[in-house]
Amino acid sequence: MSAIDREQRIRARLAAAFAPHELTIVDESHLHAGHAGAAGGGGHFRIHIVADAFAGLPPVARHRRVYEALGDLMSGEVHALSIDARAPG
Amino acid sequence: MNAIDRIKTQLTSAPVVLYMKGTPDFPQCGFSAQTVGALRACNAKFTHFNIFEDPEVREALKTYSNWPTFPQLYVNGELIGGCDIALQMYRSGELQKLLSEAGAVPA
Repeated sequence: MSAIDREQRIRARLAAAFAPHELTIVDESHLHAGHAGAAGGGGHFRIHIVADAFAGLPPVARHRRVYEALGDLMSGEVHALSIDARAPG
Repeated sequence: MNAIDRIKTQLTSAPVVLYMKGTPDFPQCGFSAQTVGALRACNAKFTHFNIFEDPEVREALKTYSNWPTFPQLYVNGELIGGCDIALQMYRSGELQKLLSEAGAVPA
């Protein structure tokens, strides 16, 4: 699977789960190529997402919501995420 | 001892526990390295476990903590978060406060 396909899958899952006001996904896999943790081939992505669903949630809960929305993508296609999840305002 | 029991034992072994890729001096992932950097910047004492050394714990932790990636930072047995959250809390001063309250920062 290409990096662009991965990115589109992530985008589709997050859009469906959160109807975000803002959603930016940056593929940073190239920054991590070759280290031991990247051996499985999954990508590294940086996600900036602004959605109403995050209002009032502590950071751990926001990240868990993102991980839950990505579901099975986390077990193969996504090796690591950098997440900036916020509520509007 | 099964993996869940090992996790519970490890989490009670110190107030601050970091599950990471590699070791503090030889981290094998940038996110693990940055998290170690934040803890060291706080002058915090912490215990680390290299998840590459125990694949069973590595898998079991994802379910135990409902958190699929590493590093994972725990204070008093509770998941604080991964690298992003640790760095955000460091920048806001919350991490220093949390670690200090946990008794992990020498006076």
